[in-house]
Amino acid sequence: MVLGDLEESLRGTIRKIANAVTVDGKLIKEIVRDIQRALLQADVNVRLVLELSKKIEKRALEEKPPSGMSNREHVIRIVHDELVNLLGETKDLPIKKQVIMMVGLYGQGKTTTCGKLATYFKKKGLRPALIAGDVHRPAAYDQLKQIAEQVDAAFYGDKNEKDAVKVVKDGINKLKKTSDVIIVDTSGRHKLEDNLIEEMKNIFHATKPDEKLLVIDAAVGQQAGSQAKAFNDAVDITGIILTKLDGTAKGGGALSAAAEVGAPIIFIGTGEHPSDFEKFDPTRFISRLLGMGDIKTLLEKAEESMKGKDAEKTAKRLLSGKFTLKDMYEQMDMLSGMGPLSKIADMLPIGFSGKLKKVDMNTTQDKLRKFRVIMDSMTEEEMENPNIIKSSRVKRIARGAGVENRDVKELLRYYNMTKKMMKGLSGNRKMRKSLMKQLQFDT
Amino acid sequence: MFKFLKRKLKKFEEKLEAELEQEVKDSIEEGEIKESPAQIEEETSKASVQTEKMEEKRRREEEFEKRIEESLKSELHHTLQTRKSIEKAVEKKEKSRTPRISEEKLEDLLWELEIGLLEADVAYSVIESIKNDIKEELKYASIDRGNIRETITNVLQHAISHVLQSNTFDFLEFIKTKDKPIVIMFVGVNGSGKTLSIAKMAVYLKKHGFSSVMAAGDTFRAGAIEQLAVHADKIGVKLIKHRPGADPAAVAYDAIEHAKAKHKDVVLLDTAGRMQTNVNLMDEMAKIKRVAKPDLIIFVGDALAGNDAVEQAKRFNEVVGIDGVILTKVDTDAKGGSALSVAYTIGKPLLFIGVGQGYEDQIPFDPEWMLNNIFGKEEKIAA
Repeated sequence: MVLGDLEESLRGTIRKIANAVTVDGKLIKEIVRDIQRALLQADVNVRLVLELSKKIEKRALEEKPPSGMSNREHVIRIVHDELVNLLGETKDLPIKKQVIMMVGLYGQGKTTTCGKLATYFKKKGLRPALIAGDVHRPAAYDQLKQIAEQVDAAFYGDKNEKDAVKVVKDGINKLKKTSDVIIVDTSGRHKLEDNLIEEMKNIFHATKPDEKLLVIDAAVGQQAGSQAKAFNDAVDITGIILTKLDGTAKGGGALSAAAEVGAPIIFIGTGEHPSDFEKFDPTRFISRLLGMGDIKTLLEKAEESMKGKDAEKTAKRLLSGKFTLKDMYEQMDMLSGMGPLSKIADMLPIGFSGKLKKVDMNTTQDKLRKFRVIMDSMTEEEMENPNIIKSSRVKRIARGAGVENRDVKELLRYYNMTKKMMKGLSGNRKMRKSLMKQLQFDT
Repeated sequence: MFKFLKRKLKKFEEKLEAELEQEVKDSIEEGEIKESPAQIEEETSKASVQTEKMEEKRRREEEFEKRIEESLKSELHHTLQTRKSIEKAVEKKEKSRTPRISEEKLEDLLWELEIGLLEADVAYSVIESIKNDIKEELKYASIDRGNIRETITNVLQHAISHVLQSNTFDFLEFIKTKDKPIVIMFVGVNGSGKTLSIAKMAVYLKKHGFSSVMAAGDTFRAGAIEQLAVHADKIGVKLIKHRPGADPAAVAYDAIEHAKAKHKDVVLLDTAGRMQTNVNLMDEMAKIKRVAKPDLIIFVGDALAGNDAVEQAKRFNEVVGIDGVILTKVDTDAKGGSALSVAYTIGKPLLFIGVGQGYEDQIPFDPEWMLNNIFGKEEKIAA
C-alpha cells in the first residue's frame, strides 16, 4: 500500500528522531532528506518540498528548543509547524445565502461533490439548489439531475442550451427566490484550453459567485500547482475540496495547489455517496501523515456515534463487569458507525495500526457484519443470557441467520473472550480510570 | 509530452559524462597497472599441479574410497579458491584502469536526476529502480576515453527501456486476427476517462472497418448510462443498457449475445470507476470479468496522476489482470511520467494516449517512439 509506504517512511523518520539521544547537524540532514522523500512520494510539488526542507533544516539547527522541550520534540514540532504553514489558514463555508461555483480539471469529481455540498448545507438547515453549468460533457445534465433528486435539492438545467453562461444566469434567476445556497457545476477543463478558460471567466463575471471552489483529485501529481494557478488567475479561487481520499493517494497535489493559490482546503471527499464528506483539518491531516496517530479524530467520531446517554450507560455497564451479547451488539454498532476499521486503525497512534494488515482488517470487518446478522436471529432472552444457547438453539440461530453452526459457535467464543477481557478491565482500577478519562465520562 | 523528460535526462547525461572524462584524465596521470600478472599465473599453475597430483593419488589408492572422496573435496575447494583469487586480481586490475565516479559524486548526480524525474510525475518506486539500474550498469560498463558518451547513453537508455520493457502489442493486428466478437473491458478509478475512451475506441474501430457494440456496464454512477448513450448516438453505434443499479455482468452478457447475433466485431464494455481500495467493488469487477470473459482488459489511467498511478495499476492488475493501458488527459500539459510508472509497474503495453475531448483525439502509442523521443536516436548515431 502506498499509504502504508509513506506512513511507514515518515514513522521511520519520527522514530529515528525519537530514538536519537542528541540531535546534531548530521542527523537533521538525514531526517530532512527522509521527509523530502516522504513528501515527494505523497505528490507534493518538488520545488515546494525543497523549499520546505531547507526551512526545516535551518530552523532545526538555529532555534533553541524552548525550556521543557527536548531537542527531538522540537524538531518534530518544526516539521509539523511548517507543514501546517504550507496548508494555510483553515476556513469554514459560511452558513448563509450564497452562490458557489465549482471548477476543476476533468474527472476530479466536481459533479459528485456538488451533491455532497448540497447535503452538507441541507443538514445545516438551508435549502440547496444545483445548476447544471456543464454543457459540454454528454449527460452531465442527467448526472446532476439524478444527484439532485437523490439528495433532495432543487435543480436547474437546460439540456439543449449550449451557452453555459446563459444556463447559469437563468438558473440563478429562477432559483434565488426559493433556494438559499445555489451550487453551480461547471465543465471540466485544463489550463491550455483557452476558450474553456474564457467560458469559465464569463460565468464568473456574469454570476459573481460568493465562493469559487476548486475540486482536486487526491491522485493528481506535480501538475496540481500549475493547474490550480490557471484556475486561480481566471476566477480567484476561495477554497479547495480534495476528493477521492478513500483511495491510496495522499493528496500531496492538493497541498501544492493550496500553497500555490493561497486558498485553504475546506472539505475532503472519502467515497462515492453524498455523505462521504468531511471537514478538512490540517493538523489532523498532517499528524496522520507524520504517523503520530490521531486520537482526536477517533474520539470525535466515537462521540458522534455513541449517542449521549446510551453511550454512558454502555460504558458504565461494561465497567461493572456485566457484559451480555446485547452490549457486544451495541459495541459493534458503534464501531461500524465509525467507518471502515482500516480507517479507524489509521487514526490510532504508532504501533497499533502498523501491525494490522489491511487484509486482516477486511476479514475482521466481514466477520463483524456476520456476527451482527447472527445476533439478529437470537431471541431477547438469548441476548441477555447467552449461556442458555446450547446445540439445538445454535442450530436454529444458524438456520435463521443463513450461516453454519460453526459461525454461531465462533460468535459465542468471541463473546466469551470479550467478556473475559472486560472483566479484566474492570478489575484493573488504573485501566478503568484511564478508559473513563478517554471516553470523557465522570466516574 | 516527453520533452521535459528528455531535457532532464540529457542534463544528467552531460554531467555524468563530464565527471567521467575528468576521471579518465586523472587515472591516466596516476599511472597504470598495479597488479603484476606473473603472480596470478604462478597461482594458477600451482593449482593445476596439485590437481594432477590428486588424480594420481586417486588412481593409486582405489581401495581407500573414503579418503579419496575427502581429498577430492579439498581439491575442489582449493581450485575454487584459486579461481576466486584470480578473479579478484583481474577485477582489481580493471578497476584501476576504468574511470570511476566516486559514490558521493554519483549520488549527487542521481539526486538531480531524481528531482527531474519526480517533477515529471514518475513515481518514486520507479525512480528508485531506474537509479539502481544506472548504478549497477555503471559498475560493470567498461568505459574508455573514446566511448564515454556512447556508454552513458547506453546505460541510461537501458535503464529507461528496462522500465518500458513492455512487449509491444499490435492492437489492430489483434482485432483483425482474433475470433469475433472480441470483448474489450475498460477498467479504472473514478474520473479517469473510461467512457470517453470507449467512445473514441468505437470511432477508431469504425475508421478501420470494424463494427462494435457498447455495453453500459457503469450502472452505479449517476448519469453514466445516459453519458454513454449520447456518445453511442453521436457515433452511430449500438448501445446495450439496463436500468441504473442493474448487475453490470448481466449487461455484459447481453451485449455479447447481441454481438454474436448481429455479427458485431467488438464489444466495448464500460465499467463503473472504483477506487482500488474498495474490496467489494474490486470483487464485483472480478465477477464481471468471469461472466464476460474479455479478450482484452484495458486499464484507463489519468496522465495527471502522480505516485498513486503505480498503486492503481498494481491493484487492478492483481485483481483482473491488465492487458493494455490507455493514458488519458495527456493534453493537459502532463509530463508523461505516469506512462513510465504504469508501464514499469505492470509491464503491460501502453496502447493509446488520449489528447483531447474530440472523438479523434486518441493516438496509438509506440514505446519505441517514446524511447526515440526521449533519447533522440539520430543524435546517438551522430555520436
